Amino acid sequence: MKELDITTMRHGTDLIKRGFSKMQKGGVIMDVTTAEQAKIAEKSGAVAVMALERVPADIRAHGGVARMADPTIIKQILDTVSIPVMAKARIGHFVEAQALEALGVDMIDESEVLTPADPFYHIDKRCFTIPFVCGCRNLGEATRRIWEGAAMIRTKGEAGTGNIIEAIRHQRMVTRMITTLKTMPTLKIQKLAEEYSQSYITSYKTLTNQPVDDKTLLFGSSTYGTMKKEISDILKEIKHLQRLPVVNFAAGGIATPADAAIMMQLGSDGVFVGSGIFKSKNPEKRAKAIVEAVAHYDEADIIAEVSRNLGDAMLGIEISSIPKEQLLQERGW
Amino acid sequence: MNRVFQEDQKTGKAILIRQIKDIDSCDALIIPGGESTTISRILVNSGMYDAIRRRMENDDIALMGTCAGCVLLAKELTDTTADVKLLEAIDMQVERNAFGRQKESHERSIRIKGFTESYHAVFIRAPIITKTWGDCEILSKAGKEIVMARQKNYLALSFHPELTDDLRIHRFFLEML
Repeated sequence: MKELDITTMRHGTDLIKRGFSKMQKGGVIMDVTTAEQAKIAEKSGAVAVMALERVPADIRAHGGVARMADPTIIKQILDTVSIPVMAKARIGHFVEAQALEALGVDMIDESEVLTPADPFYHIDKRCFTIPFVCGCRNLGEATRRIWEGAAMIRTKGEAGTGNIIEAIRHQRMVTRMITTLKTMPTLKIQKLAEEYSQSYITSYKTLTNQPVDDKTLLFGSSTYGTMKKEISDILKEIKHLQRLPVVNFAAGGIATPADAAIMMQLGSDGVFVGSGIFKSKNPEKRAKAIVEAVAHYDEADIIAEVSRNLGDAMLGIEISSIPKEQLLQERGW
Repeated sequence: MNRVFQEDQKTGKAILIRQIKDIDSCDALIIPGGESTTISRILVNSGMYDAIRRRMENDDIALMGTCAGCVLLAKELTDTTADVKLLEAIDMQVERNAFGRQKESHERSIRIKGFTESYHAVFIRAPIITKTWGDCEILSKAGKEIVMARQKNYLALSFHPELTDDLRIHRFFLEML
């Protein structure tokens, strides 16, 4: 740390958090479990790495409770690469998030890939200096996470399957709803904001058995009245921008360069690749190919070229063969 | 940048450059923020690195580098092991991620040479210019650290002018063309 005049510096503002996410735009973020893999990811052109103990496919196979990775692994990865390092905390587990922030990770993924820790609340991400990314299946989830302070949104997809169908479903759900907002009158937007606030009301009622009015504290230091107003403001901003006000990545099932490119053509700002790289035959070649495919997502000749001779992709799982209670995307609300 | 063209009623257009053929169609190039290792790899793999160097040798291109772009414009880095191929445009040495990790990213006001009012700068995992020599002119310091410098029609900033509504830096760059 250099000697600085720190009196006028402001850290952890929305601008800083969202600005960080914007720097990842057009890039690929790769799951890694060792310093060696992190080095390969960086060399292949990843814009960031996600430090994990196990990739989603192995979490799925291993079963049991999946938690934040061992700080030793995260630290080794932090020390090895110069690109940003992200790490996952369980949904609602704000202490895992505090620990990750203390370790020096650049962004936290509050992730359904790990076993959720809190049945009522996601993390109040506004309390942190470093930015968060969160998964979503639809605009309601995306809006709630943004309201809670997420600086980046990603599709949930279905992690660890190598099957793109759920990521496409979630991307299309969000896009479709944003288009619907275009012609939605203000009164209806306010109604939608109330609808999107329901899950907080449900949690409150389950915990207290009390009715909710505008003054009720529903999440962190926010009352129901403020929440409705702020969620409605976010929806108006989305209506105006015709996109989410934060960067929106694709995740959950991306296995090939074409998978990555289709998500970009459907409107994603970048992609996360989890099991897809290091569960394939030739991780380095595949990693490079996916980076190229994302950078040139609308150039079919380049996609065709980089897709050649990559060796076997991860085998993949048909979604309907997964019992409903094992679907990771059902986690979070 | 397109807002500057519009507001100042200047003819010109900002375009996104992704391929080597685009390099020859522009008068000036902005190398944005992001990861310097990633951007460097894309430049080299796509052949854009050589194309930019050729334009530099012919002295017919203006360059602005912000954050990661600032790194790429440097003659040298403090970390000599970094996997970045520099464009070597400006007589300066740059330290990547000099403030530390994302926790240390911040906003602050700085003074810029030639600007009458202070400028609100956004530093995200920002580099700093650790040393300058030759024809490089220092334009701004944040505390003791050099955060903006120019040489000929090459401009380097360690912060992100694209994240705020203040267009003075974009205008300043246009005047360098």
